[in-house]
Amino acid sequence: MRITIPSFHFLAAVCAALVTPANGASLDGPLKVLKSVGPEGQGNAAASQAWPTVAAAGGSELTTILGAMDGANDYALNWLQAAVETVVQRESAAGRKLPVSELEAFIRDTGHHPRARRAAYELIVQAEPERARKLVPGFVNDPANELRRDAVQLLMDAAANHVASDKPAAVASYRQALLAAREADQIEAIAKTLGDLGEKVDLAQTFGWVTKWKLIGPFDNTGNVGFGKAFPPEQQIDPAAEYDGKNGRVKWVGFESKDDYGIVDFNKPFESLKEVAGYAMAEFWSATERPAEVRLVCGNGWKVWVNGKYLFGRDEYHTGTEIDQFRLPVELQAGRNLILVKCTQNEQKEDWTKEWEFALRITDALGTPIRSAQ
Amino acid sequence: MNLFKPTPASAAMKPLLLASALFAAVSLHAEDWPQFRGPHGDGIAPGAKLPAKLDAQSVAWAADLPGRGVSSPIVVGDRVFVTSASGPKNERLRVLCFRLSDGTLRWERRFWATGRTMTHPKISTATPTPASDGRNVYALFSSNDCVALDLDGNLVWYRGLGRDYPNANNSLGMSSSPVVTAGALVVQVESESESFTAGLDPATGGNRWKIERPKRSNWSSPVLTQGPDGQPVVLLQSGKGMVAVEPATGKILWQYDGRSSEVPSTTPSHGRLYVPSQGLTVLEPVTGGPPKQVWHSAQLRPGTASPLVLGERVYALNDSGILSCGDIADGKRLWQLRLKGPFSATPVVADGLLYCVNEKGLVQVVDPAKPEGEVVSELDLGQTVIGSPAIAANSLFIRSDGKLWRIVRPSAL
Repeated sequence: MRITIPSFHFLAAVCAALVTPANGASLDGPLKVLKSVGPEGQGNAAASQAWPTVAAAGGSELTTILGAMDGANDYALNWLQAAVETVVQRESAAGRKLPVSELEAFIRDTGHHPRARRAAYELIVQAEPERARKLVPGFVNDPANELRRDAVQLLMDAAANHVASDKPAAVASYRQALLAAREADQIEAIAKTLGDLGEKVDLAQTFGWVTKWKLIGPFDNTGNVGFGKAFPPEQQIDPAAEYDGKNGRVKWVGFESKDDYGIVDFNKPFESLKEVAGYAMAEFWSATERPAEVRLVCGNGWKVWVNGKYLFGRDEYHTGTEIDQFRLPVELQAGRNLILVKCTQNEQKEDWTKEWEFALRITDALGTPIRSAQ
Repeated sequence: MNLFKPTPASAAMKPLLLASALFAAVSLHAEDWPQFRGPHGDGIAPGAKLPAKLDAQSVAWAADLPGRGVSSPIVVGDRVFVTSASGPKNERLRVLCFRLSDGTLRWERRFWATGRTMTHPKISTATPTPASDGRNVYALFSSNDCVALDLDGNLVWYRGLGRDYPNANNSLGMSSSPVVTAGALVVQVESESESFTAGLDPATGGNRWKIERPKRSNWSSPVLTQGPDGQPVVLLQSGKGMVAVEPATGKILWQYDGRSSEVPSTTPSHGRLYVPSQGLTVLEPVTGGPPKQVWHSAQLRPGTASPLVLGERVYALNDSGILSCGDIADGKRLWQLRLKGPFSATPVVADGLLYCVNEKGLVQVVDPAKPEGEVVSELDLGQTVIGSPAIAANSLFIRSDGKLWRIVRPSAL
């Protein structure tokens, strides 16, 4: 025999439904509570109490809940997303139509949170698929990748349809898609297809890697203790300095990556070494003070500083890489910025553990490369 | 004294008592499959009857799944829960609830990963199997996002453990499945760069406790079992050995420093622990100290699949499909049977038969009572299967890359 006690949420939802407001104003309190959640479960207890009220709202409140995603942190977004889906499930089960026109207006307002706009778009896909399809071409320059990549895919699909019958049209469509694409998988797919069509794509330029560096090493990383040790370049950057390294005196040497994927390979100047640490520094010139992202690819231990400020570090080795593997928000200063990367190699001897390298680019939040002004 | 001594309850009563003791929930049925490897974490469904002969008629239904995942289904009452991930970076985390009777979707909730979603292509952001205490479903993802939903899909809480502890992840992906007991939801999050295990408050998701763990890759899952007085104990294994912790507090009860595997998980059975460890090591916990090693066998070598214990025999399946049978008394290998591999999924057991699903989606039913073991039936699902099956309501539930399958005796419908 099954004994079931009605859940708190069920009871709360019933109570909340009895007092569901006619307009969005009285959701303000519960929405504020949901937006107050933070790290390590902070605010969860209160949010658990508030969530049923939000989830009990009517369909007319959907854009209010979606609007609450503006300025919400990533934890809160998920509380709000779950409420939206619960509202929609109930409205759909009751046979009530979603406020599609309001949702479309919501999407068109690019000031809203990208994920809120994506959620609104998916609701239109669910309610009126044809109407949703008509929106997609307009996303091609959208500031949200959550929508933009659908438009890029549409251009890629159109190009693919033209390949056999009208190659110039296909190339033009792929080129347009490449200009719009900001995510690595789409960029690589387009570049490969253009290559197959005899069209060259400068991948390094497209991704916007930082290619000119100065490298120094090797320092000792025996037993991986070098990862946590501050060797001289971490204390002061002096391009003219020499230091005691693992195998003798070391000094900065120039390195320019000519790789499509921007690889900065320490094995090239220093030969294949194990249990070592190296540093790379680059100057990056920004026309203005602005927010940006350092986007790193690295399968070794690494640490990154910009203008002396430590951003992040990680000592994981040889578990795979991908473009934009690590995204580190940063504030660029107007003029010269100094990027310092520490890259450590461990003791593994297998063939697939030879890499001692990284690649780095600077982008905006969307993934548009920011190139050094000098 | 044996810390894991079985209760004196009859065999028929044991499952219900054990489920009640461990999960301390009011609405779990003994025949539910509420977590990875079933109610007792051993891959066995006591009392269940499945078809020995499989054919197309055995498929009661096959429901389409969005996205991709390799987590196991879990079953609570008339609900089957599955997790999945979709999106260009597998960043859309999905929890789906199906009706057991007909495979129709009851509800779905989607979330945005707050942690890293990079994984080896063989697995997915949806690799850990969810767990349920009968009241809520707790879904953990490779991104270390953890969500609690009630059985009707209402959000109870959300944790972004991947955001809270941004270095505790693996670029190959994370796979450890949580376990839940009255005191805590235990999540084992271990990697080269940062490792911890935490007991989260099932009501709010807050940390009840958090302990540091060895900094090394680990894909094994915690095991919820019983101490000497029936109190819940959680076993945490890694390449550095094993510890037993009190789930409500995180207090370490004992520690075993021998090597254990980082992929297949320990199987508890009749007071002993069958620990994958460059072979198989059997431990017998004792009061007041580390457990005693009973035997070690290098011939019984689990691959990705965790070991199974059935009666007086222990079974280890390697990745290529060699099923080895050993004697639980001394670990002596008795026979080997070559199945059609490769394998990632842990086999499950009902009514004395082993249900083994290879990565190509071929279900092979093994009768281990035959002198050298024998495959008595096969069913090709035609889709990739990485996750382990579940058994509930006299049905076998398998999640493939595109579908959730219910397999049952036709006469049972």
